[in-house]
Amino acid sequence: MGNLYEQLGGAAAVDAAVDVFYRKVLSDDRIAHFFDNIDMERQAAKQKAFLTFAFGGPNNYSGLDMRRGHAHLVKQGLNDVHFDAVCEHLGGTLRELGVAEALVEQVLAVAESTRTDVLGR
Amino acid sequence: MATIVYGGARFAPLPDETLLDCLLRNEVAAPHSCKSGVCQSCMMRVRKGQVPVASQKGLRDTLRAQGYFLACMCVPEEDLSVSDVDAQGMRVHAQIAAIESLNARVVRVRVRTESTIEHRAGQFVNFVREDGLVRSYSIASVPELDEMLDFHVLHMREGSMSGWLHSSGALGATIQLQGPSGNCFYVPGTPEQPLLLAGTGTGLAPLYGIIRDALHQGHAGPIYLFHGSIEPDSLYLVEELRRLAEENSNTSYHPCVLRGEQAGVVTEPLDAYVFKVLPSLKGFKVYLCGHPDFVKLMQRKTFLAGAGLADIYADAFVTAAAPQTV
Repeated sequence: MGNLYEQLGGAAAVDAAVDVFYRKVLSDDRIAHFFDNIDMERQAAKQKAFLTFAFGGPNNYSGLDMRRGHAHLVKQGLNDVHFDAVCEHLGGTLRELGVAEALVEQVLAVAESTRTDVLGR
Repeated sequence: MATIVYGGARFAPLPDETLLDCLLRNEVAAPHSCKSGVCQSCMMRVRKGQVPVASQKGLRDTLRAQGYFLACMCVPEEDLSVSDVDAQGMRVHAQIAAIESLNARVVRVRVRTESTIEHRAGQFVNFVREDGLVRSYSIASVPELDEMLDFHVLHMREGSMSGWLHSSGALGATIQLQGPSGNCFYVPGTPEQPLLLAGTGTGLAPLYGIIRDALHQGHAGPIYLFHGSIEPDSLYLVEELRRLAEENSNTSYHPCVLRGEQAGVVTEPLDAYVFKVLPSLKGFKVYLCGHPDFVKLMQRKTFLAGAGLADIYADAFVTAAAPQTV
């Protein structure tokens, strides 16, 4: 029995999830505006890196990185509602891809662990 | 044992050592972050030799085709010559061989180069004029089909380079071409895949090259070419594209203008019209060229309509705000 990342399917799982996940995010009026002036290609790489992290895969996100990376968005009003929306889409994506509920919960727990850093608390 | 050439210096990686670790060990300040093939900060280009497949995993096809790879995932198997991603391309001497009008404000500029530059239709090159003025133009020609490099140049108001190219002084002039750059080109491998090509103004240039390149390489899936312009008179290559669509049953041509009426031309904003014809882009490869506002908007809209992020190729034509010199 492998770790979470392996159980989810590793890099292939990230690849399958990133478009679905990012589409949900961009279609959500609560959060789409945070992505307005973003370079789509660069954002794709960031989404992939985030999903890899959330899936328990190799990454080097530190709490400080999350804090620094989202500080300008916090200034724009990033709050719990937005964080919840992103988690909603993360869960929705995994369920759509047929991932077992127990694994979905684990991924959401990883994402949840970043809340205070992302929101700069 | 493999030797690496980078920045004019030679390096000898240890057994099983990645190229990134080798550079870092030799105190080269190579950019990097995750060291696991995810963040892409360590991207480099191979100029000579073959990098292992593992080092190109996750990179889109146009990047792989140009030798881009991730240094943190590259354990060299043979001698390699590598460079940074934004290393300036080679310059070749060239001559402006022909200039012909395509409409009142667009000319086709044909350039003969002294030596061959490897390129694909849809990439762009820098024109470097003798006085040092530099401007980028997209390649509308296909190396296998056309003898020289073709460019479509719009006469910009007070355009330094475009004004010159529209004048008699440019014909026969010597310039240098630098490049090519860009990821907007056809990569074979999915011949049945539906293609959407959408561009405004001289964004048609790269698309004209890409569509002929695709057909020449036997692309069999449906190809939809949309060309948007202000009014009917600002369209060009209309007859050639109509003929292309007639001669290739998988190809359709959709000219579209913002104002004015003409038979066979739709009057509607292009970003809306595309989705009337193609409401879903699931499974499509999408090429977007031309005005930056159009390209940015369409990147998002085509993605939301189902096209994969890795399947959207964009080339926004950013206008020079002030003359650039070398």
